[in-house]
Amino acid sequence: MIDISSLAGPLVNGILWGGLFALIGMGMSLVFGVMNLINVAHGDLVILATYFAFFLSTGLVLRQDLPLAMDPILSLVIIVPVMFALGFAIQKFLLNRALTVSAEAPLIIAFGISLIIQNTALKFWSPMSRSLMPPYALDVFVIGPLRIRLVYVIAFVAALIMVFLLREFLRRTYLGRAISATAQNKKASHLMGINTGRVYSFAFAIAMAVAAVAGVCLGLIFSFTPDKGIQFLIIAFGVVIIGGLGSMVGTLLGGIIMGLVMTFGGFFLNLHWQMLLLYLVVIVVLAARPQGIFGR
Amino acid sequence: MEKPAQGVSQGPLLKISNIDVFHGTFQALWDVSLEVNAGEIVGLIGANNSGKSTLLDAISGLLHPAKGEIEFDGQDISAVEPFRIVELGITQVPEGRGIFPDMSVLDNLILGSYNRRARSRKAENLKNVYQHFPILETRKKQTAKTLSGGEQQMLVLGRGLMADPKLMLLDEMSLGLAPIIITSLYKALQEIRERGITILFVEQNVKRSLQEADRAYILEVGRVTLSGTAEELQEENEVKKAYFGV
Repeated sequence: MIDISSLAGPLVNGILWGGLFALIGMGMSLVFGVMNLINVAHGDLVILATYFAFFLSTGLVLRQDLPLAMDPILSLVIIVPVMFALGFAIQKFLLNRALTVSAEAPLIIAFGISLIIQNTALKFWSPMSRSLMPPYALDVFVIGPLRIRLVYVIAFVAALIMVFLLREFLRRTYLGRAISATAQNKKASHLMGINTGRVYSFAFAIAMAVAAVAGVCLGLIFSFTPDKGIQFLIIAFGVVIIGGLGSMVGTLLGGIIMGLVMTFGGFFLNLHWQMLLLYLVVIVVLAARPQGIFGR
Repeated sequence: MEKPAQGVSQGPLLKISNIDVFHGTFQALWDVSLEVNAGEIVGLIGANNSGKSTLLDAISGLLHPAKGEIEFDGQDISAVEPFRIVELGITQVPEGRGIFPDMSVLDNLILGSYNRRARSRKAENLKNVYQHFPILETRKKQTAKTLSGGEQQMLVLGRGLMADPKLMLLDEMSLGLAPIIITSLYKALQEIRERGITILFVEQNVKRSLQEADRAYILEVGRVTLSGTAEELQEENEVKKAYFGV
């Protein structure tokens, strides 16, 4: 007989992990929803942000004797705008042009970006496993039988904030509405006077800004290597598929579902089955309800 | 029906001269010429695949002519991007309506005023839209895809008006709608014309089109085969034969 109270651990942790997964999936969902592009470099771009935070927390030396170690969360002040600008540039100068060639050309470009990021990270930081380790990285809340890492909570709160911000932006600003509109009907958007090329660039930029937050949270929770991007790409994919397109809240819930699948999978089966179980769930959802649980 | 007084304009508002338009390698329009004067309602009549939508898309900048010119208000717009053409004052209500299905009625309408010129007049235009189509105000919080066909058509007409246009292009407005609704839509079009907006509409129904338009062009397989005032075309024997079976 399973002790009910011992389920509390996987339940709470699964929900919190869901926050991180949702953060990773949101950027991909936005890009796919708006321009029908599966950004195969998304996972690597998230990891790029993680390495950026790593660099800022360990690599900056102002004077011989004054290394600057930025707290990862604080460093978002730098990383988010940089990733935003990078995303805007990638879409404007690479992907938008690739789209005029064919619908598939951007995929190949994204693949190229993935390779570039992985090898650049490899060159600068070696294949050694790294972590973001600010003083609070190992702090744990103890509530009864539950042990909850602080960084899980940070990631979850970050996810809630980003879901809220993104949702309000898409609903209330002209640019946000233009992005939603372009996702729903591209021809009609043109006829509204929307510059869809510019909309794409902003959408990708926003996706990168969210990826930046995801990257920092990821680095606080997991150790990372240059090739870790692919693993998280698949998770992002799963979140988007389960959550469905077009709903930020759906993405959050999709992330939570994935988080719960992982923690309960690890609880009832064993750890090695976690990922397999996840992939199985994704396949089942794709087969039974391709538009996702919350999708349009 | 009375024709409104002609404005003091230098020539037609829209002038299309001898354009060829391709979809990839397939030629859809051959040497097409067409004029619309300010204040007119002009009909473009043709069966399926006659090139009607292609012509409207070329005006809107979604396609560019391989040959020939399109002039609007004296300016060559043949190579201009779609969003700039909206800014210049041409708005299209596309075939199939083109609603943003998951947005509310009001959000759809607000998006209509996206272009810079229209944003400052958003509140005023919204009031006008609600005057033409009161049902849109009643349903303003409703999700667009839950509207009936006729209401959706009113929505996209209203959305077109929100763009503060000089010229409105309508692609098959009456498709799939009941006659009584079509009548009310055409009545709204006359009201819109009275506001000073010029209208070019595309239809398959010859009889209806000639009742509503001042002038019309007949498009067959990518070419203009007939043109004239509505009265002239109503008399035209060939039109009678081909479409009325007389």
